[in-house]
Amino acid sequence: MAVVFEKPKGLTDAPLHYCPGCTHGIVHRLVAEALDSLGITEKAVGVAPVGCAVFAYNYFNCDMAQAAHGRAPAVATGIKRANPANIVFTYQGDGDLAAIGTAETVHAAARGENITIIFINNAIYGMTGGQMAPTTLPEQVTQTSPYGRDVTVAGYPVRVSELLATLDGPAYIERVSVDSVKNVRKAAAAIRKAFQYQSEGKGFSLIEVVSTCPTNWGMNPVKALAWLREHMLPYYPLGVYRDKGAAQGGADA
Amino acid sequence: MAEKVLMKGNEAIAEAAVAAGCRHYFGYPITPQTEIAAYMAKRMPKIGGTFLQAESEVAAINMVAGAAAAGVRTMTSSSSPGVALKSEGISYIAGMDIPALVVNIMRAGPGLGGIQPSQGDYWQCVKGGGHGDYRNIVLAPSGVQEMYDFTKLAFDLADKYRMCAMILSDGVLGQMMEPVAVSASDAPPFCADGKPWALTGTKGARKPNIINSLYIEPDTLEVLLDKRYAEKYAACEANEVRWDEFLTDDAEIVVTAYGAPARIARSAVTAARAKGIKAGLLRPITLWPFPKVPLAQLAETAKAFVCVELSKGQMIDDIRLAIECKRPVSLCTRTGGNVPSPEEILTAIENAAKEAV
Ligand SMILES: Cc1ncc(C[n+]2csc(CCOP(=O)(O)OP(=O)(O)O)c2C)c(N)n1
Ligand code: SF4
Repeated sequence: MAVVFEKPKGLTDAPLHYCPGCTHGIVHRLVAEALDSLGITEKAVGVAPVGCAVFAYNYFNCDMAQAAHGRAPAVATGIKRANPANIVFTYQGDGDLAAIGTAETVHAAARGENITIIFINNAIYGMTGGQMAPTTLPEQVTQTSPYGRDVTVAGYPVRVSELLATLDGPAYIERVSVDSVKNVRKAAAAIRKAFQYQSEGKGFSLIEVVSTCPTNWGMNPVKALAWLREHMLPYYPLGVYRDKGAAQGGADA
Repeated sequence: MAEKVLMKGNEAIAEAAVAAGCRHYFGYPITPQTEIAAYMAKRMPKIGGTFLQAESEVAAINMVAGAAAAGVRTMTSSSSPGVALKSEGISYIAGMDIPALVVNIMRAGPGLGGIQPSQGDYWQCVKGGGHGDYRNIVLAPSGVQEMYDFTKLAFDLADKYRMCAMILSDGVLGQMMEPVAVSASDAPPFCADGKPWALTGTKGARKPNIINSLYIEPDTLEVLLDKRYAEKYAACEANEVRWDEFLTDDAEIVVTAYGAPARIARSAVTAARAKGIKAGLLRPITLWPFPKVPLAQLAETAKAFVCVELSKGQMIDDIRLAIECKRPVSLCTRTGGNVPSPEEILTAIENAAKEAV
């Protein structure tokens, strides 16, 4: 009988702890599939963040470290410099990557560190119960912006892909989403390409995945996806922001 | 026979690290330890190593954590404000049970303080500095040869116990030049072969390794901490206590000092002897594990202790605890980047002798 659905070998059998409808699970699968398809799971070393994905070390079927909040790119740098033949990736949320870990992110990118960052932008701090993130949209209500994010007080969201694309270091930056089958396919291709580039020694790659947090957004999963399309995608346009492998760079959203 | 080379203390540390097989250095500039980074920047590219100037001390220590997790010998160095920033990473290194070397060439604080020598980070480094229950092995050299020897020793101890070892030194020793007996040849680069726990990729030959410090279940974490204290830290306390004694056999006044001030204290002790005062010196070499037993033994016969340190009194607490407050302990200190003269220490010894009769 033909097998039509299989769990990637890059994932362990541990049941995921994510909330129902959370997109973390989809992205885990895409990362594992990319590693499997490139045949690099056995030399992969992942770094889990502090955030909802902290337990990623239980899910990816490869060597894993768990970093301090925001420091995953630095830890990944140490791992990669120690054993450059390993494929090293981090998996980070927006609070982890774009608030407390901004310096580590920007400088890993500026160095062109030959690592891959999977960046989950869900516009909120998930693990701690829904506080404002650096990516929280203007007017968005969170536990710590209860009247909506007031940009005169809390400032504006950070567009990470655009920000990093101003640097010369990165080899590949793409913003994707996993809100539809079509976009999941694009995300899969982008993640695969990022790891491919790392294997070829091309340098730093970051895939920003516009994601949902139904629990802390206070929505059911379907409504959360609709909210993502209506509010997040206009602010965070999908597309390639850097591709050193292509003839020319620039966004092709 | 070992060759002797004239070196600065900071250079001795860097050269010893290379000789110990360290090929991964991560740091951020700060006076008075920048010679270590400068030396590594020159040396590492020539021997296939990594020198990386990080964006901050926070990043540097986490790079060290990554490289340590990947199984190589790795280090960072800094001075007081920078070590404060490294505290987060040092706590994680303890929680992850990985070996690393952190060098602190102390300067005066608090805040930006000054760039002259100090020992104001005793508490920060010896008591942990970062969050949670943990220990670091802390070695305090008091000469350039010891800067060299203890750096190698620190790597060995870090690997043996899978924990963070620190060299706690000061600007005097960092800048001081002395002849050093160096190892004839460099050790081969130290790699992950003897470290089956290291993150090197499974190569399809084993289950994934996980290096982590998170344990959500209270009982799991408690058991782990109990084990770490009962096995690793207790073994350090049993096997790794190091100290040096000078004229303590019949000493009535025991001076305690570590690092550069111990050299001045030694002169003061000799001067006190010349004046007929039975003074001696106990110099802790490991600040953790602390030489509690020899201090307690000296407390049986000595009349008083004088603690010399470049701080407002930090190690003095450990002296008092070690001797269970059985004898008076006075503090002889200069701060702000100043160092006591032999005469100042001699006066402190004389005062202690007077009060002790
Ligand atoms: C130094 C430090 N500060 C704060 C925290 C608490 N904390 C844990 S997770 C988190 C936010 C994570 O949010 P994000 O990175 O957006 O990831 P998500 O949970 O949304 O996936 C915070 C602030 C911590 N563990 N360490
Ligand atoms: S809190 Fe949000 S991000 Fe975290 S698992 Fe639940 S839905 Fe996902």
